Amino acid sequence: MSEHGSKAATATGDHAGETRRDFIHIAAATVTAGGVAAVAWPFIQQLAPAADTRALSAAEVDVSKVPLGSEIRVLIGGQPFFIRHRTPAEIASAEAGDTAQLRDPATDDSRLVKGLDGNLNRAILVTSGTCTHLGCVPVGPAQGSVGEFGGWYCPCHGSHYDTSGRIRKGPAPKNLAIPKYEYTTATMIKISL
Amino acid sequence: MSGPSTYEPKTGIEKWLDTRLPIIRFGADLMDFPTPKNLNYWWTFGGILAACLAIQIVTGIVLAMHYVANTQMAFASVERIMRDVDFGWLIRNIHANGASMFFLAVYIHMFRGMYYGSYKNPREVIWILGVVIYFLMMATAFMGYVLPWGQMSFHGSAVITNLIGAIPLVGEPVKTYLMGGPAIGDATLNRFFSLHYLLPFVIAGIVVLHIWALHVPGNNNPTGVSVKDVKKDTVPFHPYYTVKDGFAIIVFLILFALFVFYFPNSLGHADNSIEANPLQTPAHIVPEWYLLPFYAILRAITFDIGPIPAKVLGVFAMFGSILILFVLPWLDTSKVRSMRYRPFARSIFVVFVFASVGLGFCGANDPDKLVFKTQADQLALTYNNTNGQPQREVFDDYAAAKAKLERLPATAGGAIEVQAVGFKWLWLSQILGAYYFLYFLVLLPLLGVIEKPKPRPASIADSVRKKHGSAPAAAVAAE
Repeated sequence: MSEHGSKAATATGDHAGETRRDFIHIAAATVTAGGVAAVAWPFIQQLAPAADTRALSAAEVDVSKVPLGSEIRVLIGGQPFFIRHRTPAEIASAEAGDTAQLRDPATDDSRLVKGLDGNLNRAILVTSGTCTHLGCVPVGPAQGSVGEFGGWYCPCHGSHYDTSGRIRKGPAPKNLAIPKYEYTTATMIKISL
Repeated sequence: MSGPSTYEPKTGIEKWLDTRLPIIRFGADLMDFPTPKNLNYWWTFGGILAACLAIQIVTGIVLAMHYVANTQMAFASVERIMRDVDFGWLIRNIHANGASMFFLAVYIHMFRGMYYGSYKNPREVIWILGVVIYFLMMATAFMGYVLPWGQMSFHGSAVITNLIGAIPLVGEPVKTYLMGGPAIGDATLNRFFSLHYLLPFVIAGIVVLHIWALHVPGNNNPTGVSVKDVKKDTVPFHPYYTVKDGFAIIVFLILFALFVFYFPNSLGHADNSIEANPLQTPAHIVPEWYLLPFYAILRAITFDIGPIPAKVLGVFAMFGSILILFVLPWLDTSKVRSMRYRPFARSIFVVFVFASVGLGFCGANDPDKLVFKTQADQLALTYNNTNGQPQREVFDDYAAAKAKLERLPATAGGAIEVQAVGFKWLWLSQILGAYYFLYFLVLLPLLGVIEKPKPRPASIADSVRKKHGSAPAAAVAAE
């Protein structure tokens, strides 16, 4: 049967060696590849967070309930976040750190969010609760250890964070991340993943 | 049947691998397998079934990632798959309809084997392995149907476990072991989920044996005549049958997609969209369509035989109707494989197919309802006589019935009703069920002795030549 194909194509002379069968092979392989990709997509996409999981990706927190000098920890979609009520001494220490030699340079102000009145609420610091080294949850004032710089200490591999959540010592490469959040009232914040 | 391997490793890596794990040789030999050149489209259902099994396993593994096997959460987790999981609706619809497609294909595959005598010497083991696969498929499908924990899931499983409980001696303990408690509950759901995940892989293993056994004598073919000359009678599996099977699979997938995308619930039951309630059985409880013929046989037995009560007899008949397939190779006494050359067997086979499908309809209908009416509806008065025996009297006009009713004492519990008279589904299932067993136990054994088969072609090549009306020389190039 292959002779039929080659006869038809080679008759033109220009496409010697190319046959109608080659065309069928390429066309069939292309359609198959397209079909496989179209089928594979839903089977891969089903692994993504489902709609109900995505719907649980924000939470509101009343920051006025956080005791001075301590913090509360909230889980949003299974991820920990720290909301710390800093003492004036801790704020001063954080601002003093702005000029220190930093691994991941950032000013304390840049790590805060403006309230509804347009001013920074320096007493409240909101950070991610995940150490930037390998994902442990650092200990803080409530656990009795704040590390050498007064902020947090990660017990897994000894990373020290200051009162602005910046990495100061240890293996972690980055500051504790600042989540996406906003003040919805003077004392309520909404944190989104 | 396969000759010596013709595979020759070309590259260095292939040569190295060939002396250590000749897996490329194995694949090449499979593709090169000499296959009768006259296989028709009924023979593509093996490939279609392999595709069905793969689809069920892949979609099933995905569903297991999202499903929760707990009576409190199972129904909600299935709803979550349908509503919240990305493409969950698609994957579940493929899996649920895939079961029906799988059975559709397996029934065609089995009828094909029966028509062309593919179960006969030397292919008995292929057939037996196939029946084992079919049996496991039914077990897997049944347990899978329980998992969504709908009303039909729950009460269907209650009926089936009670069926097993009806088997004398071993029934009760087996039923208790199946349920893991006094009733269908968390323990049952968990073990059904575990087994529903396991059995498809057991099926896959037996499919390997099925194909291995097939590759010893090679494929049967529509003439039933054995391959005599590999060169003249066969073509290599690839590309001839990979392409033919591939085309058939695509056509089959179009039908499959039609159900998945346009009629995803048409083969299911609305009752299964209601969460299981152990206190309320649905008014009309039926299994999935692919189990209906056996359900009809079960219900057809409404009479005791000697000391055996109808319930046990029904269970025996139902299991017997499946188990009888195992001995089919020895029940059919004819030496001629293909029914193409067995005029009488061919007719009783066609009746058998209609009887099997008919039993499916019987299973779907209330046995006491009528297939058709034989006369006009009757006006009947029912009451209990002075001895407490139920009586039934037919009247031509309402006034007479009413007068009689008023003469009866209040304790007789008289009532006037309109009764349809006709042919009951129960009777139809009894007739068709009887034919089912008659076919296997009487007709097939007898026909082999008394039937005079038509002449068969001398060889496969001969039959192909005759069909295409060409000279022997040209016939070689025809395929």
